[in-house]
Amino acid sequence: MLELKNITQVFHPGTVNENIALQDISLSIARGEFVTIIGSNGAGKSTLFNSISGTFLPTSGEVRLHDRNVTKEPEYKRAQHIGRIFQNPLLGTAGNMSLEDNMVMAMNKGFKGLKISLNTTLRDSFREQLVPLQMGLEYRLRDNVGLLSGGQRQALTLLMMVMSRPDLILLDEHTAALDPKNAEIVLELTLGYIRQYDITAMMITHNMHHAIAIGDRLLMMDKGEIILDIRGEEKRSLTVEKLVRKFQEIRKTELKNDEMLLS
Amino acid sequence: MIEGILVEGLLYAIMVLGVFITFRILDFPDLTVDGSFPLGAAIFASMVTAGADPWLAVSVALLGGVLAGLCTAAIHTYLKVPNLLAGILTMTMLWSINIRVMGNRPNLQLIRQSTILRNLVDVLGGGVGQEWVLLGFFVVLVLVIKILLDIFFHTDLGLTLGALGNNPQMVISSGVNPANLKFIGVGLSNGLVALSGAFSAQFLGFADVNLGQGIIIAGLASVMIGEFLLRSNRIFFLTLRVILGSILFRGIMYLGRYYGYYVGLTPNDLKLITGLLIIVSLIITQTKKAPGPRKKSGGPANA
Repeated sequence: MLELKNITQVFHPGTVNENIALQDISLSIARGEFVTIIGSNGAGKSTLFNSISGTFLPTSGEVRLHDRNVTKEPEYKRAQHIGRIFQNPLLGTAGNMSLEDNMVMAMNKGFKGLKISLNTTLRDSFREQLVPLQMGLEYRLRDNVGLLSGGQRQALTLLMMVMSRPDLILLDEHTAALDPKNAEIVLELTLGYIRQYDITAMMITHNMHHAIAIGDRLLMMDKGEIILDIRGEEKRSLTVEKLVRKFQEIRKTELKNDEMLLS
Repeated sequence: MIEGILVEGLLYAIMVLGVFITFRILDFPDLTVDGSFPLGAAIFASMVTAGADPWLAVSVALLGGVLAGLCTAAIHTYLKVPNLLAGILTMTMLWSINIRVMGNRPNLQLIRQSTILRNLVDVLGGGVGQEWVLLGFFVVLVLVIKILLDIFFHTDLGLTLGALGNNPQMVISSGVNPANLKFIGVGLSNGLVALSGAFSAQFLGFADVNLGQGIIIAGLASVMIGEFLLRSNRIFFLTLRVILGSILFRGIMYLGRYYGYYVGLTPNDLKLITGLLIIVSLIITQTKKAPGPRKKSGGPANA
């Protein structure tokens, strides 16, 4: 469904700040696959997402979505098929607008016309969809989103993303900025939606346990490369110790990322 | 006196609604306004002088403003020029264009021409007095514009436009090209500004190329004064407070002209007063926000 062919992303080429963020990445994701991605800071995880969603034009290589070359398609066009959630809960919703207005915008992707979609029927349907979040948001349709907590806002973002039934979702450490309890809730909701709608998903996480326990394929990135690609039976029997050992075998160095090991 | 302030306040409220759309909703500080306001006046004056129907002239003036806005949005989008500079560019070019529109003259008198306002006063002004007729007309006109805007901002397109200034990433995520929204928003805004300019030419009895000087600051001051009056997230109240802010601003200006004489102020000091008014508004908003930690605007970078 998604295919990356030899994607290379170089920032500030030819200057002292030259930074090779992605090195010749080739990757193919099948429909319905749930991929977790780990790697230390600066490994290129978010840059990988940026190249998939179209935030930047890659320096070289090709992005194919549904067997269509979308390398040069702008982000807003690709957004019709790709949903993305950022670490920062503020990026997914408009804080100075009400919940219902936010949901109307997310409901249908693409150019909006001069139609007033919001009516009683739609409000009822919004309420119904908000109930499973178990955050009491179904009573707050007219409140500004800015009044919600980070966890509520991220849960709403998640629901809004799912509402348009995207083919692929990119989760960029979307629970990392939340407190542990809310992070757990949002993660549970995410897994629920992915199962319910059979969504193809890629999730960046700093939490090794999550990366191992969740999903059916694991990618480990380091210095702009995918150094590990584990799936199937091997993924099911994976443990943190095995993963650390594998990293050492490949890179011949200690995995020195406290953030990854401690979590 | 009071009806004079109300008429002026409502007349300029149309312009302030435009300024509100760019500055507050789109977060696109658009300085085109200083050029599109006299553009509206110039188009109206020269068309009416050439014998056109005043309503047609007003419509063309509005369209001219929309074009000016589209020009700014195009410079900003296609040439990747910062929005402030794009507006200044259009505004500067409009100065020459406005003189051209008026037939190579810096101003145009409307002494004997038939205008919407004059026709109205001729028909209705006998019994109630000219000022009250004007007031009635502008109340209706501004209300109609306000209601149309309110409806527009309830449509799916309007909602998305409203989100753009707040969270451009979200607009992109919902599959909408932000550049298109900027064209629509800035075009709409300058259309309103030019419309206001066209009516101001009728009200003043002339069009002048310098009519727009300081319009953007007056508009901004009105928007900010309005924000002290009402707090709400409903578009109905947002547009209402823009109109009230405009009236209050004209009231303050009137007092400045009327009583300023006694403390040695001249009409030339009004721009200084307007600027100080904005600064005072900013100080009040800052001190209101002061308690509690400042909200992070950027958020953590994605690793």
